Amino acid sequence: MSLKLSHQDFDEILGKLRQEYTIYAPRRFKDRGRFSDTDLIRYGEISSIKDMVWNEKSNFSPKEIIFPITQTIFHFTEDDYREPTIDSKKTIIFLRACDINGIRRLDTIFLKNGNDKDFYYQRLREKVKFVLVECQSSFDNCFCVSMNSNTTDNYSIAVRFNSDSLLLDIQDKDLDKYFGGVGEKVNFTPEFVTENKIKVNVPKVAEMPVEMYDHEIWDEYKSRCIACGRCNTTCITCSCFSTEDIFYDTTTNVGERRRTWAACHIDHFTDMAGGHGFRKDNGSRMRFKSFHKVYDYKKRFGEHMCVGCGRCDDNCPEYISFSNCINKISKLVNS
Amino acid sequence: MSLDLNRKKVVKNAWRITKERDKGAIRIRVPGGQMETKHFAVLNQIATEYGDGTVHMTTRQGFELPGIDFENMEAVNRMLRPIIENLEISIGVSGFDKPKDGYPTAGTRNVAACIGNRVCPYSNFDTTAFARRIEKEIYPNNFHVKIALTGCPNDCIKARMHDFGIIGMAEPQLDSSRCIGCEACVITCKKLVTGALKLHKGKVVRDERRCIGCGECVLSCPTAAWTRNPKKFFNLVIMGRTGKKNPRLAENFIQWASEELVVQVIKNTYGYIDKFIDRSLTKEHIGYIVDRTGFHDFKEFVLKGASINPEARIAQHVHWSGTFYVSDVFIGAPQGDQISR
Repeated sequence: MSLKLSHQDFDEILGKLRQEYTIYAPRRFKDRGRFSDTDLIRYGEISSIKDMVWNEKSNFSPKEIIFPITQTIFHFTEDDYREPTIDSKKTIIFLRACDINGIRRLDTIFLKNGNDKDFYYQRLREKVKFVLVECQSSFDNCFCVSMNSNTTDNYSIAVRFNSDSLLLDIQDKDLDKYFGGVGEKVNFTPEFVTENKIKVNVPKVAEMPVEMYDHEIWDEYKSRCIACGRCNTTCITCSCFSTEDIFYDTTTNVGERRRTWAACHIDHFTDMAGGHGFRKDNGSRMRFKSFHKVYDYKKRFGEHMCVGCGRCDDNCPEYISFSNCINKISKLVNS
Repeated sequence: MSLDLNRKKVVKNAWRITKERDKGAIRIRVPGGQMETKHFAVLNQIATEYGDGTVHMTTRQGFELPGIDFENMEAVNRMLRPIIENLEISIGVSGFDKPKDGYPTAGTRNVAACIGNRVCPYSNFDTTAFARRIEKEIYPNNFHVKIALTGCPNDCIKARMHDFGIIGMAEPQLDSSRCIGCEACVITCKKLVTGALKLHKGKVVRDERRCIGCGECVLSCPTAAWTRNPKKFFNLVIMGRTGKKNPRLAENFIQWASEELVVQVIKNTYGYIDKFIDRSLTKEHIGYIVDRTGFHDFKEFVLKGASINPEARIAQHVHWSGTFYVSDVFIGAPQGDQISR
């Protein structure tokens, strides 16, 4: 079913949906950006279409909704433990094609990698319906077309934002009931970006020579990368975490087991007992991340991990460009 | 015909008496240190037609054009009109009754500012905009007061060498659920700032008394767990100075002050100067007046009627040290030899 709706009509429907769903979309947090008098755009709950930023790329990805930055696994007392409950409401996320494809990578890691599914991821993930936000043009640093993640049909609703109206392609029968008797029936299917300014050639897995591991290409990142971790925290597909037992202050036997995002570009990643650590220099961190995104994940799961959202390039304070790095590797492999 | 010049009037008109007889230098104010480059054409025209073809860039972010015959003062003042219209009158400065006559006073100096958050990632506020607001509130005024604004405690404008230094403060606010315990902020604060942050049970904790509001934690946070309170705060530091008797750095007077409070304190200071200034001198710097009356009288006077924001932390005492060339510089001469003027 395809409909044309006014913003006001859509807001009324959002109001009804909110009784059953928590609705997340990119929001503007005014003056909360990294620099003073700049805004932060990240995911948050919305109650009106006015709350949503649909014509800019968000600084952070929607992964934090289903893979929270900090998550309590269970609370423990001296001889008992209990998992925290979660909100019984279902979830709707407004997101772009690259991020929908990115969440497929998260699904692979958390649900299909090994025999056990990640319970904590699964219980948040299975509540989710996607609303695809059509990209009317490519943003800076995007290279989704090169990564084959510019298109998707995995959505409940697709939406095109116009300044005075919305075009909707409603695929999910569960949601039909909310749209009865409103709007105007139209023919609409979402269009996808077919070209980005940034083009990336990813080397074929079979052609990657083992010498790349020690290649001097990684040396420049030893000094350029400052290991701030923004490329990881803003990435839709980075899924590493650390788990720690926290004991509450006054009682030593009461606390929680907590998992928190961790990342290859952030200190303490893969630290070992005795102070040992792999990848102490930042060049080897860059190599580890790069090969994970465009080599060994594909070797294992058949598609590249990186979806080309370009948030790593948007956010790197040192102007390290991941898309340029992949192209540099390609050039070396092909020469 | 020899020149019959009212020196005091000339100086008040922002002209300098120079070493070279019959030639002066005009000083142009640039409040907030930023202007459109079109004004360079006017400066160039004055320098080439009337001056010696050079310009001195002053430490106060103005321009000084030397080598101008005093007999061309009127013509040069008239040429300044577009600059005065644009940099003073259009930002709301009143008191330019006759803009064609140049600057009405020169006592209160150009309000200087670092480049601020229009450009600099470290700055916690728009220094130029606030400088222009202060210019509007206090200029023109005869009293010798120096004010500078700087975006963060790096203090690139050297605000601590001014009578009033206004240092931008950001109140960092933590969304603990976004903190990943990476310690980027903890390490930065420890190495570069005051060590106000530590990790406790996997999350960062801030010691409010140590925090100087520099914003480094916000800059270093990879998850936007730290963000700035959108409300702007300032550290108002006072009575720094260069000069002969006792040069010194300004000390903290009000930390976490609101913009309104800063403006009110500076405006009230002019009343304080008027009441206490030693009129036997051609000019007396505000810092030396405070030395005579004591900090507490100054504090009481400038805070009278001011609306003090709840976050403000006001110094109970201020101790300035600075450089003393001779240890008895503030001790009066023996009562018997008092110089009377």
